[in-house]
Amino acid sequence: MVQYTSGRLDASFAALSDATRRGILEQLGRADLSITDLAQTFHVTLTGIRKHVGVLEQAGLVTTEKVGRVRTCRLGPRRLDEEAAWIERYRQLWQSRFDEMDEVVEGLKRKEKVDGRT
Amino acid sequence: MKNRTMVERTSERELVVTRTFNGPPRLVFEAWTKPELFRQWWVPKSMGMSLLSCEMDVRTGGSYRLKFAYGDSQMAFFGTYKEVTPHSRLVWTNDESEQGAVTTVTFEEKDGKTLLVVHELYPSKEALEAEHGMEEAMAETFGQLDELLVSLGVSAQRS
Repeated sequence: MVQYTSGRLDASFAALSDATRRGILEQLGRADLSITDLAQTFHVTLTGIRKHVGVLEQAGLVTTEKVGRVRTCRLGPRRLDEEAAWIERYRQLWQSRFDEMDEVVEGLKRKEKVDGRT
Repeated sequence: MKNRTMVERTSERELVVTRTFNGPPRLVFEAWTKPELFRQWWVPKSMGMSLLSCEMDVRTGGSYRLKFAYGDSQMAFFGTYKEVTPHSRLVWTNDESEQGAVTTVTFEEKDGKTLLVVHELYPSKEALEAEHGMEEAMAETFGQLDELLVSLGVSAQRS
């Protein structure tokens, strides 16, 4: 059975948080392009584009294939599937709870110090 | 910086939530077992609900009952503590519906911090998915992200 972790969605959000990377997805939605094509389109260095593509690749949004000296980029097989979505909602609930619980635990720690129980 | 909250569906019937707290298990355990502390964090503002009452008899065989207000309606969550081992383990049932999970919370000390694991075991795959409003969630939470992806042309990749 496939296991879902928050990491997958975190990676997607991180990947989509950057305008250049969203632009790369948009371009690849129309046609497959090489790293060089993308660098020219976005007026970014080859190294810069490789970094962006790397982030998209890790999120599963883009795949690349090297043929000879050319690395071609295309949209990845990844989709934001429904199960990941509701698990993320569940995670967010617990995250909100736990972030508030941090305050409670901090309060207890302070109280222990004052009471000299430590 | 907040510690990360991780969720994994470890089987068709199980969900596991993991989080580290910057305090020893005895304090984290207190936050789960003292009603006046528990009610400070169990219902985050983002849930859009408020906790009307919170009765917890935290001992093996004891019961709990939480009453919530959600808009104009009210609902209660209740069950029984099956195991209470101070500072290390809590197990309770969720008896408000037949699809309720058995929840196990463990507290493990690591260098003065607490590794907390919440494990929910549902009676069936369907129960787990129904309980979490899987269908609504599909439509709702990621609607915006879906729209963004559609606008980017990624929609063609969806099966």
